[in-house]
Amino acid sequence: MRKTRGTLITTLTWFLVALFFFPIGWMVFTSLKSEGDAASIPPKFLATLNFDQYAIVFDRGMGSYLMNSFTASIGSTLLVLLLAIPAAYALSIRPIKSVKDVLFFFISTRFLPAAASILPVFFILKALGALDNITALGLLYAAMNLPIAVWMMRSFYNEVPMEIVEAAQVDGASLRVELTRVVLPILLPGIAAVALICFIFSWNEYFLATLLTTFQARTTPPFLASFVDGRGQFLAVLSAASTLAVLPVIIAGWVAQKQLVRGLAMGAVK
Amino acid sequence: MLVRKRFLAMGAGLAITGLALSGCAGAGSTSSAAKSVTLTLATVNNPQMKDMEQLKGSFEKDNPGVKVNFVQMEEGDLRAAVTADVASGAGQYDVVTVGAYEVPQWGAQGWLTDLTDNLKADKSYDVGDILQPVRDALSSGGKQYAVPFYGESSILMYNKEMFAKAGLTMSDHPTWQEVAAAAKVLNTPEHAGICLRGKPGWGDLFAPLTTVVQTFGGAWYDENWKAQVNAPPFVEGVQFYVDLLKAAGEKDPVSNSFTECLNQLQSGKVAMWYDASVAASILEDPKTSAVAGKMGYVHAPVYKTKESGWLWSWNLAVPKTSKNADAAVKFVKWATSKDYQQLVGKTLGWTRVPPGARTSTYSIPEYKTAAAAFAPITLDVMNSVNPKQPGLNPQPWVGIQYVTIPEFQDVGNQVAQLVADAIAGRTTVKEALDKGQVIAQAAGDKQKK
Repeated sequence: MRKTRGTLITTLTWFLVALFFFPIGWMVFTSLKSEGDAASIPPKFLATLNFDQYAIVFDRGMGSYLMNSFTASIGSTLLVLLLAIPAAYALSIRPIKSVKDVLFFFISTRFLPAAASILPVFFILKALGALDNITALGLLYAAMNLPIAVWMMRSFYNEVPMEIVEAAQVDGASLRVELTRVVLPILLPGIAAVALICFIFSWNEYFLATLLTTFQARTTPPFLASFVDGRGQFLAVLSAASTLAVLPVIIAGWVAQKQLVRGLAMGAVK
Repeated sequence: MLVRKRFLAMGAGLAITGLALSGCAGAGSTSSAAKSVTLTLATVNNPQMKDMEQLKGSFEKDNPGVKVNFVQMEEGDLRAAVTADVASGAGQYDVVTVGAYEVPQWGAQGWLTDLTDNLKADKSYDVGDILQPVRDALSSGGKQYAVPFYGESSILMYNKEMFAKAGLTMSDHPTWQEVAAAAKVLNTPEHAGICLRGKPGWGDLFAPLTTVVQTFGGAWYDENWKAQVNAPPFVEGVQFYVDLLKAAGEKDPVSNSFTECLNQLQSGKVAMWYDASVAASILEDPKTSAVAGKMGYVHAPVYKTKESGWLWSWNLAVPKTSKNADAAVKFVKWATSKDYQQLVGKTLGWTRVPPGARTSTYSIPEYKTAAAAFAPITLDVMNSVNPKQPGLNPQPWVGIQYVTIPEFQDVGNQVAQLVADAIAGRTTVKEALDKGQVIAQAAGDKQKK
């Protein structure tokens, strides 16, 4: 009975994995076809496969768009971690007054939709001469992700056993030592989870990148959309570009897999 | 406390320094020290635009010190990004690709450089060679604010093999009733009789549907901006379109627009398709099309008017805010010149010459041979349509499948959603258009003030 149940769960798990993986697998398969085969109805399973579409994507200069995405995503993620780790510490381990009000303030900055604030942001950046500027875009991404990061980090801090912190304090550890040598090592899985989520949010951000950048600071998402052709076929080349665009996120998730599982189990999903 | 202050100061300093440094190395469009000019061009990602990017080296070679950067965008993104840039005077773009719908509006707003005198003064450019209906659509108050890069009308495309097999023939100027009758005969389990756009959107569903409405005697507005959306001719036209889709249309029409119908026609899943004339050049490409050489092309079907094709062009314009207006105008003229068409033909192939912009294109012997299947009808239709009065009655705007008021995108999108509901059977055409009338009238009232 138990064996049958185990087999069923395993089968169901594999089925769900296949279900989730199917769109990605189909995208990769489509990226290897010609435009004609990619658009054929019904779909062609025995099409000739090649890497021609990838050559077109690189001819369009995808490298510079990927580089801009890396710069904005990694830069903003590092800045967010730099600010969120001490901020969440002050809201959890050594709580300041009115913690709830501060937390509400942080999350309230996410209440306004980006579309509602885009015009003021556009004019501010124009006045600063910072339109089409990757640093400005990175700062906006950091501001966008900081509230979520603080909330997540705080829930991780809440999981840290206070006895360990108090023991360090009794031993005379300074704030810096307490934070860097005692708390942070315990928090590493949580930091990995926060970093990955901030990275993914920044990497996938489309709206601001489309309106606030033109050429020098253009990132990958608007570049992907530019393959949509109103008067022709584009499925194969768009699939090739999309495959390349999701690779960094998949690799980052793969590398941080172990830490992520521990981090998410720590309380990030509370 | 001191540590905190230092930390804050350091963070702020880093951010400002970063901004300043990257600003220095950023998107600056000019570099006066080297006397070089960098033009930034925002464009849609259509095949003709990709060809222009491929050939821009020729312009850069003839104009030392001028570099052209292309920013290709999806059509909706382009509208949003360019509107924000031009309206705010940000001046990020030196050349913009603008649709025929926006040109007269933006020109009247003073957002685009007036090209009239410059084009007329340059005899070698021969502005009179540009198709007159297209020039009419790109002008406001007698001033021309853009030049067409390529233009299109709408035609009926049909699979000649399927017609022959069914014992049917097609006239050069069919009526919608003839087309509907043929579609019903050709509608079989293997293929649908006709493919028509059903995807909600003013530029999707309502591009072909507005032409159907017009030939049925309807219009969006009368001369006094009174909405006509639930008037009998408008209802009759939409009802005909919906009934035709139900009786002999493709599966799930509300998911389909240009690309989806193109794929279905190429895969032999539909017998006819009413859409943009530029599709013919894709259908006749033997490298990608399974129906190359098997297609026939005729004028847009009519009912009460003599012609019913739409008129659309993607055009190049120079925003007033461009810091490099002289070089930008020079590039615009290069990309829309007769010489450019020769360059495309000789370098990339004659079927890739941008159609529907210049009359002389259709006199190029190599182009006439290469595009024999679709070039004559494209020229004929584009010269026949009348953007000043496409329907039976006069209208207070210039344009066929759109109304050149800023509110039309929203009106068209909302009414298209209502009609798509009728196509999907969730409501009736009359109910949809009664609601659409209220939406359209609100926009019409703003024009009266």
